[in-house]
Amino acid sequence: MRPNLVAGLIAGTIAAAARLISGVQVRWVDSDPDPRPAVYFANHSSHLDFVVLWSSLPAEVRTRARPVAAQDYWSSGLRRALAVNVFRAVLIARHTGKAESDSEPADPRLAIEQMLEAMGENESLILFPEGTRGTGEEVAPFKSGLYYLCQRRPGLRLIPAYLNNLNRILPKGEFLPVPFISKLTFGPELTLEAGESKPAFLARAREAVCKLKDLG
Amino acid sequence: MTHLDPQLVWAFSGVLGVLVLSTAIGVALKFAVKKPEAQATIHNLNTRIAAWWVMSAIFGLTMVVGQIGSLVLFGMMSLLALREYVTLLPTRRADHRTLFWSFFIFTPLQYLLIGIHWYGMFTLLIPVYAFLFVPTRLVLAGDTESFLQRASTIQWGLMVCVYCLSYAPALLMLKIPGYAPDAKLLLYLVLVDQLSDVLQYVWGKLLGKHKIAPLISPNKTWEGFLGGVLTATLIGAALWWMTPFRTWVAAIVSLTIALMGFAGGLTMSAIKRDRGVKDYGTLIKGHGGILDRMDSMCFAAPIFFHIVRYFYVR
Repeated sequence: MRPNLVAGLIAGTIAAAARLISGVQVRWVDSDPDPRPAVYFANHSSHLDFVVLWSSLPAEVRTRARPVAAQDYWSSGLRRALAVNVFRAVLIARHTGKAESDSEPADPRLAIEQMLEAMGENESLILFPEGTRGTGEEVAPFKSGLYYLCQRRPGLRLIPAYLNNLNRILPKGEFLPVPFISKLTFGPELTLEAGESKPAFLARAREAVCKLKDLG
Repeated sequence: MTHLDPQLVWAFSGVLGVLVLSTAIGVALKFAVKKPEAQATIHNLNTRIAAWWVMSAIFGLTMVVGQIGSLVLFGMMSLLALREYVTLLPTRRADHRTLFWSFFIFTPLQYLLIGIHWYGMFTLLIPVYAFLFVPTRLVLAGDTESFLQRASTIQWGLMVCVYCLSYAPALLMLKIPGYAPDAKLLLYLVLVDQLSDVLQYVWGKLLGKHKIAPLISPNKTWEGFLGGVLTATLIGAALWWMTPFRTWVAAIVSLTIALMGFAGGLTMSAIKRDRGVKDYGTLIKGHGGILDRMDSMCFAAPIFFHIVRYFYVR
């Protein structure tokens, strides 16, 4: 079998397993699944967030959607093999050195270049703009990456999503999941408006995610 | 494979007949009814009937497999019901490990105990051991916020979704003199319990006027309740031949199943109303979640088991 066929089979199996374990109920509110390039961005409270969001996309969207992830987390063994070959993750260095403590944060512009290159003409990204996992109660302020991406690529479609209950299934600091029924709500797309300032845009993008939370 | 009891085959042929008949009625109604609001009801009815085909097929298959099949089926239903239940209720971060134990240790263990026919431990595991374990594990997690509420929420979920429901497949471990030890009693319980639910729905839709508990279950009416319980009792009595009961005993037992089922449905509805939702889940199209379908069973199964064991097992 060809390697990408094997990767496709593994991807399909993981997607089905993720939907089963998370019992995820997917809703598209004022938006429709669309294979055109976009950035899917959501709140972040669990290691399962990415795989659940990714597996909830229809197959023709999913095969073109690449997650943006921290290199230090996905850097070894099976995880790395999965990230690179199956999910085709865009691995971003959070720090210049190997250890987190004794090195400077990596240059954010480098990360933007990496993401743009990964998107090419036809690919989408899955991004968690809070930058780190929260407790699931509040959505933290967004990092600037989303803004710089839009600036570099005018007209880029952004699709907000809210992941509910993933923090209950696998909270930060736990390694065994507990089954809860989770919910994933996709919202209407937004784009960076001409002349919109960075703080205003990031606040608007965050608000778009929070609104989906309030829909319940 | 267990040897297929002819009575079991008869009962299942009956189920098949009822399914065919209701499907035909559903299709006829679809073409006969023109009013839009009535059409919505008919559409929901047909969705429910389609789900009944699937549920009957799954249940039938597990019966053919034998005791293991029933244990796996009800074990899965317990896990799914517990998942729907905890999703609806407030839990805290500190409950995580206790919940993990509830799902992946206590639930499988409960069904394992039935599988190895350890009756004494089967009746004690959750009311005694899990009951004491849950608050202890919560204390160790160190969060005292709403402590008693969180502990009792988990204990109650284990009792209803796991302990009570597990009494249904536990019927398979009863040895009744002069009565073949197979899945007939389980099928009888499921038939009377579910028919009572369905018939209450049907009578309610046909004649329902006076609401029983408008704040808890707006669709439950006196007409539906009396009609459903009465017809389920009559059908249960008419099915005496597949049980160890005489006809009049079968009637009393069926009445008990129907009444307990009604109590279960109403109680589980009260939780939904308190949490502001209509259904526990969306797993069964037209019906809601597992817990919306099995709420009556959770209350009927333990009492039915106890009646049979007390009067018929020597």
